[in-house]
Amino acid sequence: MSARRGGAFRIFALLFGFAFLYLPIALLVVYSFNFSRLVTVWGGFSTRWYAALLDNEKYRDAAFTSLEIAVMAASIALVLGTCAGFAMNRFGRFRGRLLFGFMLMAPLVVPEVILGLSLLLLFVAAQGLFGWPASRGIVTVTIAHATFTACFVAVLVRAQLAGFDRALEEAALDLGARPLTVLWRITLPGISPALVSGWLLAFTLSLDDLVVASFVSGPSATTLPMAVYSSVRIGVTPEVNALATVFLAIVFTIVTLAGWLMARQERRRLGAGI
Amino acid sequence: MIGIGSGLRRALIGLPFAWLLLFFLLPLAIVAAISFAESADRIPPFSLTWTLANYCTLAQGCLRVYLSSLGLAAMATLLCLLIGYPVAFAIARAPGVWRQLLLFLVMLPFWTSFLIRVYAWIAILQPSGLVNRLLLAIGVIETPLPLLYNGFSVTLGLVYSYLPFMILPLYGSLSRLDESLVEAAADLGARPRRVFRDVILPLSLPGVAAGCLLVFIPAVGEFVIPDLLGGPGTLMIGKMLWQEFFDNVDWPAAAAIAMALVAVLTLPLLIAQRFLEREGAA
Repeated sequence: MSARRGGAFRIFALLFGFAFLYLPIALLVVYSFNFSRLVTVWGGFSTRWYAALLDNEKYRDAAFTSLEIAVMAASIALVLGTCAGFAMNRFGRFRGRLLFGFMLMAPLVVPEVILGLSLLLLFVAAQGLFGWPASRGIVTVTIAHATFTACFVAVLVRAQLAGFDRALEEAALDLGARPLTVLWRITLPGISPALVSGWLLAFTLSLDDLVVASFVSGPSATTLPMAVYSSVRIGVTPEVNALATVFLAIVFTIVTLAGWLMARQERRRLGAGI
Repeated sequence: MIGIGSGLRRALIGLPFAWLLLFFLLPLAIVAAISFAESADRIPPFSLTWTLANYCTLAQGCLRVYLSSLGLAAMATLLCLLIGYPVAFAIARAPGVWRQLLLFLVMLPFWTSFLIRVYAWIAILQPSGLVNRLLLAIGVIETPLPLLYNGFSVTLGLVYSYLPFMILPLYGSLSRLDESLVEAAADLGARPRRVFRDVILPLSLPGVAAGCLLVFIPAVGEFVIPDLLGGPGTLMIGKMLWQEFFDNVDWPAAAAIAMALVAVLTLPLLIAQRFLEREGAA
C-alpha cells in the first residue's frame, strides 16, 4: 500500500519540481514568437523580433566580445582548474593545503558583487602602482572570469580523478614511461570527460556573467549580459525574449551534445574495461 | 608521490595557488584597506586614511538591510529545501537510466543565463502578467495582485535560481544511502514515516547542510534578483553595494559593505568548506 503511495508522491514531486524549473523558460520562448510588442498579450505568431535582433548592432558586437572573453577565460580556467584538481586529489598533504582548499571553494559561493568589487580595486591599485592594466576591458574581464570559473573546473577534475583507476598509471610507469608521458598519455585522456565539461562550464559561466564583468570592465568592452541588462532595466521587450531563445537553443544544443558524447564514452569505457 | 616528479608537483600546486593568491586573496585585502579610506573627488575616488567612518555609517543606516538580506536568504533556503528534498529523493529512487537524465535536467537551467531566467519572471508576475490575467479570467480576484517588486517576488526568484544547488548535494547523499538500512528498518516493523524520520533523514543531513550553505551564502549577497524583481521595501546588501559603487561613486562605502558581508559569511564559508571537503573525499 505505502509503496504505491510513495511512488505517486515521488512522481508528483518530480513533476512539480521540473514544472517549476522549466515553465518560466518555456513561456519566455513562446512569447518570443509573439507579434505583439506587449510580452504578456498574445498577438499572433511572428518572427519579427528575430529579424529585429539580427539588425541590432549593439547585441551583435556585445555577443562577439562575450564569446572572445569566454573562450579565453575558459581555456585559462581549464589549465588552472586541472592543476588545482590534481593538487587536491593527488598530493595528500602539502603546506598551505587548507588555505588552498579555501581559496578553491570560496569563489564558488562568495557573492559576485564581492568578487567583482575586489578585482576592480586590485586592477585600479595595479594601474596606480605599475601602470598596468592601462585600461580595463577584455583583458581584465578575462582574468576575472578565469579566476572564478577555474574553481568550478577544479571541482569536476577532482571528482573525476577520485574515480580514476591508478593501476593504469602504475602499469605505465612499470613499463618504463616517464611521469610526464604518463600524465599526458594516460591520466589526461582518462579524465577527458571532466576536461570537456569543465571547459564548457567555464565557457557558459563566463558568457553568462553580468555582475563581475560590470565591475571590472571599462567603456571599451560591453559583454552580452551587460547589453541585455541595460535593456531589461528599461522594461520587458520581446527582442530580449528572442535573444534569450537563441541563447537557450545554443546552450541546450551544446550541453546536450556534450552530455550525450560523454555518456557514450563512459559506456564504451565501462564496456571495454570489464 | 607515485608517478609525479617533484618539479611537476611544485608546478601543479604553485600555478593555481599563486593565481588565487593574486586574484582572489590579495583583492580581498585591498578591499579591506579601502574600507578604511575616505571618499574623495579624484581618480580613483578615494584617499587612503584610517577612518572608521564608513563602518559607523554602515552600523547606523544599514543594519536593517543586512537583516532583511539574511531573512530573505534564509526563507529562500528553507523553501529550496522543502521543494528540493522530495525532488532529490525521487531522483535517487528512480531507475538507473532515468537517474542520469533527471540529474541532467536539474543541471540544465544552471547552464543557461541567470539574467534571462530572472527576467522571465517579470512577464509572469507583473500586474498585466500571466498569473494575474489567469486569476482575473477565472474570477478568483477582481484587481491584479501585487506580485512583483516585493518580498514575494524576490524570494521566488531566489528559490527558482538556486534550486539546482540544493538538489545536487541532496541527491549526492541520498544516492549513497545504504538501501539495506532502509530495508532493515522496514523489516523490523517501522512504518515509512518512521523509516524516513529515523533512518533516511539523519543520514542525509550532510547533504542538507551542504545544499543549504550553497544556497544561503550566494543568496545573501545576490544583486540581479533584488534589482530586477525587488522593490523599495526589499533592499538587499548586494544591491546596496552596487548602488554605493555605481550610483554614488562612493568606493570606500562599497568596500565597507563588502567587508561586513564577508564577515557575516565567513563562518558559513568555513562550515561549507568542511562539508564540501567531506563530500569531495567520499
